[in-house]
Order: sequence, then C-alpha cells, then structure tokens
Amino acid sequence: MSEAAALAVEDLVAGYGGVPVLEAVSLTAPPGTITAVLGANGAGKTTLLRTISGLVRPRQGRVLVDGTNLARRRPEDITRAGVAHVPEGQGVVTELTIEENLRLGGLIRRGPARAAALADAYQRFPLLAERKRRQAGTLSGGERQILVIARALMAAPRVLLLDEPSLGLAPRMVTQVMDLVRRLRDDTGLTVLLVEQNARSALAIADRGLVLNLGQVVASDDATALAADVALRRHYLGF
Amino acid sequence: MQEFLEFTLGGIAVGMIYAAIALSLVLIWRGTRILNYSQGGMAMFTTYLAWLVIRDTGSYWAGFAVALAAGVVLGSVLEYAVIRPTENKAPLNAVIVTIGLLILLEGAAGIIYGGQYRSFPAAFSIKGLKAGSVGLGISANDVFTAAAVLAAALILALVFRYTAVGLRLRAAAFAPAVARLLGVRIGRVLTLGWALAGLFGALAGVLVTPSTFLYPNSMDSIFVLGFTAAVIGGLDSPVGAVVGGIVLGVVLSYAGGYLGSNLVLVYGLAALVLVLMVRPTGLFSGAATRRV
Repeated sequence: MSEAAALAVEDLVAGYGGVPVLEAVSLTAPPGTITAVLGANGAGKTTLLRTISGLVRPRQGRVLVDGTNLARRRPEDITRAGVAHVPEGQGVVTELTIEENLRLGGLIRRGPARAAALADAYQRFPLLAERKRRQAGTLSGGERQILVIARALMAAPRVLLLDEPSLGLAPRMVTQVMDLVRRLRDDTGLTVLLVEQNARSALAIADRGLVLNLGQVVASDDATALAADVALRRHYLGF
Repeated sequence: MQEFLEFTLGGIAVGMIYAAIALSLVLIWRGTRILNYSQGGMAMFTTYLAWLVIRDTGSYWAGFAVALAAGVVLGSVLEYAVIRPTENKAPLNAVIVTIGLLILLEGAAGIIYGGQYRSFPAAFSIKGLKAGSVGLGISANDVFTAAAVLAAALILALVFRYTAVGLRLRAAAFAPAVARLLGVRIGRVLTLGWALAGLFGALAGVLVTPSTFLYPNSMDSIFVLGFTAAVIGGLDSPVGAVVGGIVLGVVLSYAGGYLGSNLVLVYGLAALVLVLMVRPTGLFSGAATRRV
C-alpha cells in the first residue's frame, strides 16, 4: 500500500446466514479523510459497517486499522482498538441521562482521560452541557444524533463509522450534522466512513466516495469526480 | 391499635427479606431477561455453608461472611458455566436450566447434609422489643434484618448510580447492543449481575433461616414470596423490588395476623395472581414504554 491507511478493508466477504451481502469489498481510507459509502437500499452499506465493527463476522477478508487486522474479533474489542460505530437509528440509551450516555462512551479510557474527554465533549457541544442531567429520551432526533456522535468521540477513536446520520432529520439538522462531521475531520484528524442515502450531502463533505451495488464496489473515486459523473449519479445515486 | 403496630413492624421486617430475594431476581432479570428459579436453592445452599462454618468455628459472623462470599462465587460460576451456553438460544432453555439447577442444588444438599431440619442461629436476640411498656412485635434481630437488607440495597443503588461498574450494569440492562459497541464487555457484566444476585440471595438466606429452620427445601416458599414482591415491583426495578417486598410483607402480616397465619403462603400466591391479572408490568416497571 502506497500510503499508510487508517482503515483498509481487503476482499471482505460477509452476509447473514447463507446469503452473502458483501462480495469481496475493498476500500482504503487515508488518515483524516471522509469516505462516503453510497448506494441503493440493500447494496450492503450498513452490512459493510457492521462487518468492520464486528457485529457481523466476515467469512473472508481483512479489516486493517493502522495495519492491525481486526477481522473476526468481537465488537467490544474492535471498539477498544479504535473503531467507533454509530449505528443507524437512535442508539441513545433513553433511560440514562445525557451525561451518563457520554460517560458510557468513555468507559474504555483510563484515569484522567475520562474526565478530560467529558470536558472536551461539553466544550464542543454546549447544548449537551446545558442538559447533562436530563434523561436522554427528552432530546429531539437531531440532538440525539449529536449525542451519539459525541458519545462515540468519548472513546477517542481513530476511525468513526457513521451509519445514516441524516436519517429522519429535518434539512436544517442534516446540514448541522454534516458540518459537525466535517469539523471533526478538520479539527481532530478523524477518519470517517460515512454511509448515506443522502448522496448529495455526503459527497459535499467527503474526500472520497465509494458506490456499492449488490455487495460490490462499482465505483471508487474522489468525491468531486463522483459528484460530477452524471451517468453514475443517475444510475446509482438518484440525484 | 397495638396489634396493628406489631403487625406493621413485623411485616416490614419480613418484607425486607422478600425484598432481598426480589432484588436478586431483578438483578438477573434486568441483565438477561431470565427468571432465575434456582435463586432460592442457591440461597439455601449458601446458608448450609454458613451453618457449617458457624458449627465449626462458633462464630456467627464468620458464617455470615462465608454465606455472602459463597453467594457471589456461586452466582458467578453458575452464570459462566451453566447459563452462558444458553445465550442466543430460545429463552425457554435458560428457564429450564434454572429449574434444573434448583432440583440439582436441593438434591445435592439432601445428599450432603441430609434432609433433617436444623436450627440456624440469629445474629441478635429474638426477644420482642418494647417501647416503654408497649410491645413492638419485632426483635433486635428483626431490626438487624431490615437494616442489613436496607444497607445492602442502598449500597447497590449508590454503585448503580455513581460508579463506572454501575453504569456498565445499567447500560447492559437497557441497551446491550449499544453497550457492546461502546466497548462494554457484556459477558463480564452479566457474570457480575449474577454475582450480585447470589449475594442478595445469600443475605436473604442467612436472615430468614433462623425463623424457618434449615433443610433442602427451606427457601422454596420464601422464593415464591420474593418472586411475588419482584412482580409487584415490576421485575425491572430495584426500587420496585424493595417497595414490593415491604408492601407484600406488611399485607401478609395483616392477613396472617387478622385472618389466621396458616394460609400466609396461599395469600401470597393470591397476591401474585391478583397483581399479574390487574397490573402485569408491576408498579414500577418502565417495560411498557420500552422497546424490547
């Protein structure tokens, strides 16, 4: 590999039961970049993230984070190795307070790093600081999305896997969440794999893009090149 | 009036024992959605160990400590060795396994210690306390019983609320998939839940046995009443378990006192059926509002 990838996926084959969903998917994400993972429903985008984070066991292939192969490890160990997965939908633990949700994300850190991470989160997200003692269930959809991203950051991950962060959000919130992801890359050098239905918004902030169709990579290029490819857009991305 | 006072205080004291059993059931239910039918058998077994230690050393407190420690060990070992293999199988498998454990523990106790009734000492005097000339219906040992369970429940509440371990326990109970993705080692957390359940069961065992005698089935009826208390509290809620225990203890104490004490267990079962019919989610459960 020419440059050291923060995340490299090689020939990943995975699925549920006997049905393969990913058929030899490969990708390379350099440190400090956003890679948009695009494609229609059922293309395998979510399965790709679930396989990287260990929720689905790959049948073949490797998942390299900073050169270490994490394939077939348990999700909790993959998280501890620096991969944060924010799954689709609301992963907020509604019965816990906002602060408890955040602390939960930082539990794998040791000693003073835990408290420092919490202080960082409150500085970055004043909205969460204001309401830290409230039940997380009282937050709106957009606020919950910000909370789960903030919670994932508590673990100081190298790689952030974001699954459909714009799902169900009002357009104004979508912009906010996308801005947040872009700032995280710029400020902290985080490497992001961003799965989105909303291809236009995703490509607007991404460095690279990947189009999946029926479990295979059909296109992989700079985000601007993908956004400019009219045939590809019409065929796979719907805009 | 004095009768009423005696029945009330006596009911609270007994209710705290139901509360301890209820807490042990809730701790396991929250984490694994398994109803541990072997909880009474585990408590009986640890009480036998306490009985052995007290007989050989003459020290009640040595026996007390051994029972609690044995409860922690027994709970963890059973979860790791017997319950974990049923994970990801049909829920009924785990239920059958815990019933099997109950039969095994009671059978083993019969083989090892024999089936005869043995007396088990109380920590403090069992003579009725008086306020002035008014009998209160409870003894110093009853006060100790209530205080011990209350203290243990308070410590548990503080651990749940303020420690990292408590946060892991709660997160694993509410949202295990999310907790795993945040690096929580769910297996360890479940083992810890069973260990804590073993602790509360063992505590109930040593506290109740002075008034029931010790024999292989000695915890059966206490288990049923503890289960009733847990159901009243909603099975999900530690606070509900304690309140459910006290409510059940007091209600049964009135029933036993005013209607006759022969049928207390029947009243308890009637209360269980009534709660399940009228409010099956219990008084304190958030289950109705939660996705499962």
